[in-house]
Order: sequence, then structure tokens, then C-alpha cells
Amino acid sequence: MPDTSKHLLFILAPLVVVFAVLPGVYQNHLLLFNFVIFLILAQGVNIIYGFTGYLPFGYVGFFGAGAYGFAIMVMHLQTPAPLAVLVGGVVAVALGLLLTPLLRLSGAYFAIANLAASLAVLHFVANPALENITKGPYGVSLTGTFNPTDAYYAAIAVLALTLGGVVYLKNSAFGLALQAVREDAVSASMAGVNVVKMRVIAWLASALVAGLAGGIYAWYVSVFYPDNVFSSDFSIFAIVFALFGGVATIIGPIVGVLILYGIYNLIGFTTPQYFQLIYGLLIMGLVLFLPAGLVSLATRRGWNVP
Amino acid sequence: MTYALVAGVLFGLYFSLVGIGLNLVFGVMRIVNLAHGDMLMLGAFIAVGVVGVFGIDPLFAVPLAFVVFVLAGLLLYWVLVPRLQGSANPEMLSIILFFGLSQVIEAVTTIFAGTSERSIQSRLLGTVFTTIKVKWFGGKAGGAGPIQILGQGFPAPWVIAAVTSLIAIGLVYLYLYRTRLGTLTRAVMSRRDEALATGIDVDRVSAAAFGIGLGLAAVAGVFAPFMFGSVTPAFGADATVTSFAIVVLGSLGNPLGTALGGVVYGVFYMLVQTYLSSWADLLPYVLLILILLLRPSGLLGRRVRVA
Repeated sequence: MPDTSKHLLFILAPLVVVFAVLPGVYQNHLLLFNFVIFLILAQGVNIIYGFTGYLPFGYVGFFGAGAYGFAIMVMHLQTPAPLAVLVGGVVAVALGLLLTPLLRLSGAYFAIANLAASLAVLHFVANPALENITKGPYGVSLTGTFNPTDAYYAAIAVLALTLGGVVYLKNSAFGLALQAVREDAVSASMAGVNVVKMRVIAWLASALVAGLAGGIYAWYVSVFYPDNVFSSDFSIFAIVFALFGGVATIIGPIVGVLILYGIYNLIGFTTPQYFQLIYGLLIMGLVLFLPAGLVSLATRRGWNVP
Repeated sequence: MTYALVAGVLFGLYFSLVGIGLNLVFGVMRIVNLAHGDMLMLGAFIAVGVVGVFGIDPLFAVPLAFVVFVLAGLLLYWVLVPRLQGSANPEMLSIILFFGLSQVIEAVTTIFAGTSERSIQSRLLGTVFTTIKVKWFGGKAGGAGPIQILGQGFPAPWVIAAVTSLIAIGLVYLYLYRTRLGTLTRAVMSRRDEALATGIDVDRVSAAAFGIGLGLAAVAGVFAPFMFGSVTPAFGADATVTSFAIVVLGSLGNPLGTALGGVVYGVFYMLVQTYLSSWADLLPYVLLILILLLRPSGLLGRRVRVA
């Protein structure tokens, strides 16, 4: 069996099935939904950071743009929710296109510019001067489309799509070319890789999944403020989860989300500052001792990790 | 207009002090210190502590904060940095490492100090000057009133913070251009590999720069309760983003560019707040992105854009 179908069969399918079945046996649906959202976001970060090396410190910008794309379609045009989610994805891709010039920056400059971009979008959306369109800082309420069950299954569909994308990157010449660009852009372009086109495609793909996730999030929670959907926690959690597991792999970000977000839910709600302490120490230990993530424990022994 | 300009320059000088430590660390080690804002926050807590325990002028917290944080910086350097620089992509990983550090600092401060806002009565700052004035020249005791500049009154803490910043920037200049260690620091900044090859003890130079960078952040933090009204343990994250805007504006990797960047940022900020207040929050970020794209090396600086 080729690797692609193996990965689809043994990683993507079980995960999707488990999350599709779980609401029947486990009562805390919001928690499950958050898990799915973070799985999508961590894989989105994986697409851009793992395969191209750009650290999207303002990744939440796409998520928030998707949420507001959804909200504006529903509020002003009364579009059905699934269509509005797609529009959310399109809005995020449009924002990604607008921000493509940032890809000319390298290293820390890109990360900082991306962070600034997400904050700029937040302040743009939250501006009281645009109250007629976005409701400014006062938040939106979309009770008309409120349907957590459908939103949950939509999130699973997007998760499947995202994982499918990562499986493709992991097993295709395109993904290999991206990693070559990440390691050495000049050599890759000498070898005939169209560096700019490759990076832009990965960038827009990762914007798309964040935008879809944002639209679904808006659908699920239905009442939110700009500060909720543009909270830098989304970017940072997604990046840390992906890194903790190990980027440029399929299972790394999944493992990261399941372990770290699991710990977060065990102790984070009652004593947030102790969680923050443990979390900070975990991150520092990770960077110092396991910079390639948990999966490197296996790869060091010579095991092949998908 | 005059008010906005002068206030902008005063704030700008202070903002330079906020950014300069971050820039020194990045310039020498190519490390992005995301915990920079938290150092500011801790500096502010030292000031609050000095006032609370001894009841004296918070200006005395300046040397204390500086010394404590230079030592803390040296220690932190030896624990974290050599290991980090041995990894595959230190610049990226440093962002994440120091994000973790900032989480730890914020959490520990919250555990010990709670989440309430801390502030210091602004008339306490500078009482040492009025006391001296009273002792030597006679006159009325008490806090300093507004200070007159170009016919407009400004709160005394703003002026004191701006003057302290000027002195600190001057000292950084002297350090970089008039001392041996400073010359070596500039050598490491411009070409790390060649500096290493010529036998410069890069680790020692970097440790010194790291300590001084943290010390400067803590000094800036001492004034934070006066400039921003109050501080909470969560104040660090915002301060980090602002520092970045200032540093990039000046030029990442050139500490003296930061002085210019800070003033430009301060004036710009005050002008926007006066004339376009509803868009004021947005503009620093847009400005930051535009500068990165159009002139990524900052207002003063070498080319840095790659590919």
C-alpha cells in the first residue's frame, strides 16, 4: 500500500471517526469542539511553519477574519451558515493575498510583521467607526444560525480536509519541494523549484483552513467580541501545540494538541496561573531539550514517523 | 499642536529606553526576547516595592533595578542561550523559548502578587530633587508640579522619565563606542562568525549585552507606572509588542537607531491620538508593517531582507 493511503487510512480516518462518535458518549461538547478547532489550527500552523519555515505569530488574524466574514454574511445578507463559512474561508484567503508581501521578510521579521498584521486587523474590525458593518467593539450576536451540532460536524469536515492536505504535503513532490525551499531557498530555486509560487500556495492554504475554522467557530459560539476571536492565545496555542508534537509530520501536531490541550483542560480552568507556569516551563524545556518536538524521541531511534 | 509634539518627544524618549534593551539583545545574539515586556513589568514591581517598603523616591529603584537585572540577565544567559544557539534554528526557537519564559514570569508574578493593578502616586517621583532644592535653596517642600516647556505644562514624571532615558541612551552610546567591551560588542553585531574567528570571546560579549539589555528594560519598567498609569502582571505582553514596533522603526540590530525610532513613534502616536483618535490603535501596527515592507532595515540601518 502506498504511504498516502496508509496515512489516510490509519491516521486521518480513525481521528475523524473518533471525533464524530465522541459527542454520543461524552457530554462536554464544547470541549470536543475546541479540540477539533485546535487540531485544525495546529495543522494549519504545521502547513506554513513546518513545511516552509515561516513562523505565523499572527495566525489568529485569519481565524478572526474568517469569523467576521461569517458574521457579516449572516448579519447583512442572511446567507445560510455553511455558505457563510465558505465566505469566511475566502475572506481569510483574501487577507492572506493582501499579506503575501510579508513573505519577502525572513525569520523574526516575518513573525513580528505577521503579529502586527493580526493586531492591525483586530483594531480595524473593532473600530467604533465601522460599527454599521462589524458592530465594532460591541461584538456580534448571530442567534439566527445557532446550531452547535451542525457546526461541530462542519468542523470535523474541515479537520478531514486539513489533514488530507497535510498528508498530501507529506507524500507529494510539492511538499518535498516546500521543505527544500525551507532548508535552502537558493539551492531549491537552482533545482527548478518555483520558490515564490510554492510559498504563496502554502501560505494561502494555511490561511484558508484558519478562515474556515474561524467561520465555524463563529457559527458554533454565535456571540463573540473582536477580542475573543482575535485573541493571541489562538496563534500561540496553535504554534506551541504543533511544535510540541513536532512539525513537518502528520501526527506531531495531533499528539501536541491531545496532550497539551488535555493538560490545559485538566488544570487550566481552576488555577490558570499554575497552568501558565507549567505551560511556560514545558515550552522552555521543549525548546532547550527537544527542539524538534516529541516525535524526535522516535526519529532519534531511527523509527519512521509519519 | 505644540503640546502634542513636545509630549510626543517626551514619550518618544521614554519609548526609546523601552526598546533599546530589546534591540541590544537582538543585535548581538539574533535572539528575539519576547519576555522583554515582562522585564519591564518586573522593573515596575521593583519600583512599587521600593515605594511600598521604604517610602522613598522611586528614582532610587533605578540603580537597584539595573543591578538586579544585569545579574539576573547574566545568570539567565548562561542557563538558556548557549543551548539555544546549538540548535538548528536559534532565531525562530528563541521566539518560542522566550515566550515560554514570559509565561513563567507572568505566572509567578500572578501567584505572588495577584492580578490587581499597581500604581504609584506620581508626585512621589522626583521628591529627591525637591528635597535637595529645599535643603540648599529654601522654598516650599512637596512634590514637583507640572514642568513648563515652550509655554505648556507637562507632568513632572514625563520629563523625569525622558531625561533618565536620554542619560541611559547616552551611557549605552559611551559603552558601545568608548569602551573595549563595547567595541567587541559592535564587532559581534556586524559579523558573528568573523568575530569568533578573530578570537573574540563571543560568549562573554553576548552575556554582557544580554545583562545590560535586561537591566535597561527594568529601568524603563521603573517609570512604567507613571507613563501608563498602572501595571499588572499581564502588562508585559503589550509592552513587548510596543517595544517591537519602536525597535523595528529605528532599525533592528542598531541600538542607537532605536532612539530615533522611539521619538518618531512617540510623536506619531501623540499626533494620531490628537487628530484621529478612533484610528490611533490601528496606526502603529500599519506603520510597522509598512516600514518592514518598504524599508525593512528601519530608518537607519543596513539591508536585512533576504530572498
